Amino acid sequence: MVATLAAVLLIVQLILISQVVNRVFLDGSDLAKMWPWLGLLLLLALLRAIVIGAGDILAQHAASRVKSHLRQQLTNHLFLLGPLYTRAERSGELANTLVTGVEALDEYISQYLPARNLAGIVPALVFVVVLALDPWTSLVLLFAGPMLILMLALIGGRAKALTERRFAEMSWMSAFFLDMIQGLPTLKMYGRSREQAAQIGDISRQFGHTTMDVLRTAFQTSLVMEWAATAAIAMVALEVSLRLMNGMLPFDRALAVLLLTPEFFMPLRQMALKYHAGTAGKAAAERIFEVLDTPEPVVQPAALATNGHPAAIPHRFDLGFDHVGYTYDGRQRPALSSFLLTIPHGQTVALVGPTGAGKTTVSSLLLRFIEPNTGRITVGGTALSAIDRRTWRAQVAWVPQQPHLFHGTVAENIRFGRPDAGQADVVAAAQAAYAHEFIQALPQGYETVIGERGARLSGGQQQRLAIARAFLKDAPVLILDEATAHLDADSERLIRAALARLAQGRTVLVIAHRLQMAYQADQIVVLEHGRAVEQGKHQELLNRNGQYRHLVASYQGGAL
Amino acid sequence: MAVLLSFGTVGASVGLMAMSAYLISKATLVTTVTDLSLAIAGVRFFALARAALRYTERYITHTATFRILAHLRVWFYESIEPLAPARLMPYHSGDLLARIMADIETLENFYIRVITPPLAAALVTALACVILGYFNIWLAVVLLLFLLLTGVALPLISRWLSRQPATQLITVRAELNAIGVDQVQGSADLLAFGQEQIYYDRTRRLTEELNQVQERLAVIRGLSNGLGALLTSLAGLTVLWLAIPLVTGGQIDGVYLALLPLTAIASFETVQPLAQAFQYLEANQTAGRRLFELIDAPPEVAEPAQPSPKPAHYGLEVRNLSFRYSPDDPPVLDGFSLSLKAGGRAAIVGPSGVGKSTLVNLLLRFWEYQVGQICLGGHELRNYRTDDVRDMFGVVSQHTYLFNTTIRDNLLLAKPTATDAELVTVCRQAQLHDFIADLPQGYDTLVGENGLRLSGGERQRLALARVMLKDAPLLILDEATAHLDAETEQQVLQALDRFMVGRTTLFISHSPAGLALCDEVVDLSRGCCVSIDSLSSKEPDLASGTTTRMKTTVGQT
Repeated sequence: MVATLAAVLLIVQLILISQVVNRVFLDGSDLAKMWPWLGLLLLLALLRAIVIGAGDILAQHAASRVKSHLRQQLTNHLFLLGPLYTRAERSGELANTLVTGVEALDEYISQYLPARNLAGIVPALVFVVVLALDPWTSLVLLFAGPMLILMLALIGGRAKALTERRFAEMSWMSAFFLDMIQGLPTLKMYGRSREQAAQIGDISRQFGHTTMDVLRTAFQTSLVMEWAATAAIAMVALEVSLRLMNGMLPFDRALAVLLLTPEFFMPLRQMALKYHAGTAGKAAAERIFEVLDTPEPVVQPAALATNGHPAAIPHRFDLGFDHVGYTYDGRQRPALSSFLLTIPHGQTVALVGPTGAGKTTVSSLLLRFIEPNTGRITVGGTALSAIDRRTWRAQVAWVPQQPHLFHGTVAENIRFGRPDAGQADVVAAAQAAYAHEFIQALPQGYETVIGERGARLSGGQQQRLAIARAFLKDAPVLILDEATAHLDADSERLIRAALARLAQGRTVLVIAHRLQMAYQADQIVVLEHGRAVEQGKHQELLNRNGQYRHLVASYQGGAL
Repeated sequence: MAVLLSFGTVGASVGLMAMSAYLISKATLVTTVTDLSLAIAGVRFFALARAALRYTERYITHTATFRILAHLRVWFYESIEPLAPARLMPYHSGDLLARIMADIETLENFYIRVITPPLAAALVTALACVILGYFNIWLAVVLLLFLLLTGVALPLISRWLSRQPATQLITVRAELNAIGVDQVQGSADLLAFGQEQIYYDRTRRLTEELNQVQERLAVIRGLSNGLGALLTSLAGLTVLWLAIPLVTGGQIDGVYLALLPLTAIASFETVQPLAQAFQYLEANQTAGRRLFELIDAPPEVAEPAQPSPKPAHYGLEVRNLSFRYSPDDPPVLDGFSLSLKAGGRAAIVGPSGVGKSTLVNLLLRFWEYQVGQICLGGHELRNYRTDDVRDMFGVVSQHTYLFNTTIRDNLLLAKPTATDAELVTVCRQAQLHDFIADLPQGYDTLVGENGLRLSGGERQRLALARVMLKDAPLLILDEATAHLDAETEQQVLQALDRFMVGRTTLFISHSPAGLALCDEVVDLSRGCCVSIDSLSSKEPDLASGTTTRMKTTVGQT
């Protein structure tokens, strides 16, 4: 709209100029007579300046709106897809899509789209004006215009494939660099860090070549466009001149047509220039929509609730796994099959068993990061899938195997459990998790900023922060995933006491790889190959002389 | 070269416009086609030359730029490599990623839009002024004035206005990157604690901020583009205004009247984009500063001037070692001593946060120690080159980092020349082979893709296999079996027991089964070695009534 207005103004401006030149050159008018014309031209110039400026601002505004919308949708959808989708090794690529990918749309919307609109409207306008001024010249344009568009389309097809490759390569490069940066200490430990420079060089150069391939296509497009456009302009100049000499065309019209002809091609050439930005944006958009179109792993609650609303949180938290089966994508063997488990309200059940038996899958299912393929999970008799996911997770506190500490202060990281908690509550939670002392010893205490992986905190300290989070959250259901693996004997004993206190009145699932956590549980379930093979209390199971006794024996160094 | 080409391009386009205008003006006066032939040839030549020159110019500048960018990335990496991990700690990896990707990408603009255009613009200005000056000196003066306004004043104003938003743009973008990485990598914790909304809001706030900055830049851009267009039109008008009396007064032939304003307008083609180029300049400077901030940082650990001494043996001697991470921090290690003869095995215990991981960081030369001595093979540790030190250690750390590549490549990190048979051997020892063999693509399975999500225990065993492959004379096992279930741990420890023979080992662990493999136990919380008796007194608690057998000796300080 704005761009069209600018184009109309330019057309009028050019016609006026040709009038002025005509009157002075052929009619011999002097400056005094030209004043109104020049004044009008000045006015047009001002108007056009305002319109051009406004166009830039409006285009950016449109781009901003789209980007905000997409980034929010992406953020939201990545959460819906859950941790299995965003797992560590591909996070660089996803982060790139989230930031750089969305930014690539900026140029697409603020530059390519306006250029494309112009290319649709302006040549038509110029054509109409030229048709009125000099029908013969419009024939030249009528022939040249479609030719150019055809050429653009031909080269464009190639450019599209190349740009998509470039975007994929960029995402890959981004993932590679992130991997390299985060793994730098590991590389150094193996003395392999320096040689990576060569690889970075190779990858960057390769990326440069791919980008150059894209640009070369873009440049070739504009070269062809320029040649075609200038050839057409030269043809118009010749044809106009010849007819001018024979007196078939008045000078003012001839000059106006000559000035207008470049404007016919200008938007097309501009579009060729922006084509690169356009295809880059399109490739980014495709990746973004691919992520957005990835179906969420979790069934929407409305699909299962009887009255069309998510079910309310039950009053009791008896947890039941009813013949639950789950197989990870790309794996043949199910992680869980026909798994049966009951955790009565307020009791503690420990899952034990060798690595890969499916213990972590159980906690992922309970946290609803994944949904069972078969069977169902119930809470107080209600199907878990009928409860809104966020409402459900508000009832669960989780202490993961490897807690992620976020870039922020210690207090912020603990406050994760309950964002509106006061400082006193944060300190109380830290004390309960035996984290208070070491936090106070940090340079800025609770306000010390910790890195993304909780760098500089020891494994045990990181774990205790995660436990403090769980204390602060004070939820009725508790999932402890190997919570004490990194702790030394002293803290472990203290934390076990604290966890026992925390567990009171709550329904607790303990994923215990190291068994100490299991001893006090109300019930122990032994998992093997995704099935529950034994169930009972510590002493009962020991007496049974089965799988559990075998596990305990090997844990205690073969001596029992 | 690029400057000349870009000058040629616009020169040709000025020539094209001037020639065409001249051509049709001439056509009204002359009557034969032959008189026109020279003018026609000129038009054709300028038209074709312009397109060809532009193509060549863009091709050459861009190729050169990408070569420079590739060099910059390597240079940046080579500069931050010695800084890791000590000096990189304050930086979020998302932020570092923004530097090596986006900031360097921003410099692309510097070479393409900031360096060549002003030079080309200067040349074109001179050419256009010479053409106009040929007719009348005042025409040239007026044109020069307008060109200077557009090419110098406007860019400077635009740059002054965009200084603050351009800097902010880079910072906000890096923040978005950091939050993006945090969100993606910590998504499990975020979801479990229902913190999606907070991150969602934070992303939205940063996006708003970014939008505001970009819209502010757009206002400046709109202003300078609008003003540029205005100045261009004004220049054409003024030249026309000045030329009309000259034509009526007979000083200039009327034939040239069309040529004059058109030449003036055409010459603005190179000058107009300068304002935008200068807007980028600010972003370039910020990007450059962010790169140099890291490139100029001194590494934490200095390399010795001499080549490494040859270790006499692989014994380790630590005397009175004290360490704090920064002068404000409390000491993490305070007068710590340890003596471990070649081939000896010491277990290091102590509550978390007592400095076990710090000791590892110092031994691996990730941090520099100031107080006390660390001797390896009879020489002070800092006399060795860092690479040579790390070469002597095989390390399993608490957090195993795996690269986004195949299992095989992750293993080969330790020994690029290892054969398949060697890989299988170490993986069998680490109790990992069966698991890998069970995967659809076996050793060529990509870690982290196609549903292969390694559990903590599987990652740890991969790290163990990697260390066995490295075959180093000293070992540091930092909670190396913490994620393993009891049975697997037993099997792994048996393999480790054999592997540790003849190697000097530091075994950081609380696992009773692991401690049983060691000759001595060092309790870091007491700053020295302790007798195993005081430690085993706690054991009944640990295993709830059952006693644990331990083979130990009293440590020697």
